[in-house]
Amino acid sequence: MEQIPLEHILLLSAVIFSLGILAVITKRHAVVVLMGIELIFNAANLNLVAFSRYDPSLMQGQLFALFVIVVAAAEAAVALAIVLRVYQYFKTANLSEIATVDK
Amino acid sequence: MLFYLFAILAVVSGAYMVLTRNLLYAGFSLLITLLSIAGIYVLLFADFIAVTQLMVYVGGVLVLILFGIMLSSRVRDKSVRSENGNIVWGGLVSGLILVGLSYAIRRANISSLPWLQTTEMDVLGNQKSTVQTIGIKLMTDVVLPFELASLLLLIALMGAAYIATDKPKV
Repeated sequence: MEQIPLEHILLLSAVIFSLGILAVITKRHAVVVLMGIELIFNAANLNLVAFSRYDPSLMQGQLFALFVIVVAAAEAAVALAIVLRVYQYFKTANLSEIATVDK
Repeated sequence: MLFYLFAILAVVSGAYMVLTRNLLYAGFSLLITLLSIAGIYVLLFADFIAVTQLMVYVGGVLVLILFGIMLSSRVRDKSVRSENGNIVWGGLVSGLILVGLSYAIRRANISSLPWLQTTEMDVLGNQKSTVQTIGIKLMTDVVLPFELASLLLLIALMGAAYIATDKPKV
């Protein structure tokens, strides 16, 4: 099996990272902002796994990627619970309309 | 080559996730992006990470996100949409980040780094799977982060359940 060049994986990760940044900045709905954050986590994981290929005995990159996935899952659960509370309180999930904590 | 197929699929569906205004279409194109990244993990000899990606992201987080979309939008009056804002600044910032990162990757000349050239990559190709190595590492070298991660998951799930329950108004 031929080798995938490391630069191409890093470039793909850079593209996915900037797509995530674009979603986080431009989107108005809170859930889509969370989806952008998931894209950013995946770009980071891609880099970790790509470099872990050059570390076959220790595999530290893959272990780090595992912990990143665990923390991302915990973050998604808590953030979606907060989004649901905010939606019940303000009756909207539009981030530009939620400017205050008090109604 | 299979890697470029997965890469194009990931980039196209990620771009569609950002560009579309329909929240459900965004969720499902995020699903395709996560699936193709799992395929790339398989190509990078990281089978355990690929399976974890499938189970945790595709099976867990994405279902959670779809629940979030359903519960945080008024589906009845067809407003499952998200408006865009800050388009100029967002495009500028993310475009600059993309240009800067790709310039840095081009300039860094990564494949000629000494520690990348001295490693023997054949070891990974001959290995059947990475599960045994990862299991041994999890129980020896990184056992403290492993336990802390389990504690973090417990606390996060309890906290999420507590936040999301309906409390009586005081």
